[in-house]
Amino acid sequence: MIMSLGPYASFIVTSYAAAALVVVILIGWIALDYRNQTQRLRELEERGITRRSGRSAMDAS
Amino acid sequence: MTLIDLANPTRFLALTARVLPWLAAATVLLLAIGLYQSALAPDDYQQGATVKIMFIHVPNAWLSMFVWGVMSIASLGTLVWRHPLADVAAKAAAPIGAAFTFLALLTGSLWGRPMWGTYWEWDARLTSVLILFLMYLGLMALWRAVDDPSRAARAAAVLTLVGALNLPIIKFSVDWWNTLHQPASVMRMGGSALDKSFLIPLLVMAIAFTLLFVTLHLAAMRNEILRRRVRSLQMMQASRVAFSSEMGAAPRGQNASKEVGAA
Repeated sequence: MIMSLGPYASFIVTSYAAAALVVVILIGWIALDYRNQTQRLRELEERGITRRSGRSAMDAS
Repeated sequence: MTLIDLANPTRFLALTARVLPWLAAATVLLLAIGLYQSALAPDDYQQGATVKIMFIHVPNAWLSMFVWGVMSIASLGTLVWRHPLADVAAKAAAPIGAAFTFLALLTGSLWGRPMWGTYWEWDARLTSVLILFLMYLGLMALWRAVDDPSRAARAAAVLTLVGALNLPIIKFSVDWWNTLHQPASVMRMGGSALDKSFLIPLLVMAIAFTLLFVTLHLAAMRNEILRRRVRSLQMMQASRVAFSSEMGAAPRGQNASKEVGAA
């Protein structure tokens, strides 16, 4: 079944495409930020800089 | 796990590690169902197929205000209860709220052109939402401008609570002023004015976008906690370097007395 979007198809398609693009950018930015922060923490711990508790800064348990 | 347990960032990280995959899966599933239902929804007798823009525009418009509401509660948490994760929550929500507000403005504009004959009109609803978007950007700039997170948190919390005054203005702008924008048709006295064929996909999309926000917000909060750990470790490293260079620069005799003292 082919969906008919009528004479204003370009407005509808642009709306959905823009929403998809913004959501993908948000997800990508958050994923990249997570990778950067964990990498920086790992580098610091490798240089012997650890938290006062002695636990890993990436420790979530 | 109680709410007070989440005040501990380490416990919060453990919780996010457990729930994030489930939340992401639920979001994808609901978005797929919502998009499928939106595609199958009939054309409106007046608007034709452009009514499909509603399924994207309305959830984003709701979330633009909802996210500011979440930030306002978090700001109370910062100023009143001094909850350690409150400012983390407020800071992490701002860019996500800005993105939803941008989408509400953009899709509204793309819906307005074929229906109203214009992309933009300086009426009360559109202008108040544009102000909300600018306030999101202002908050993000404020967070970046102040180095110390606790000082930035207090200033941002006050600004957020002042900005919350804009929320009732946005909500009731269509009733208080003569605007191009239609009045509320879902949440209103006497029930929804929408037919079920439009209402059900709209509600599914609204829940899907809300789940998307919760998922992204938890992930962004996790990143912010890690960023603060990086900052505190870097400060610890800097103080160690300063201490060791101070010891190295001190005259030999002075060093010796310090070593005796330390021993």
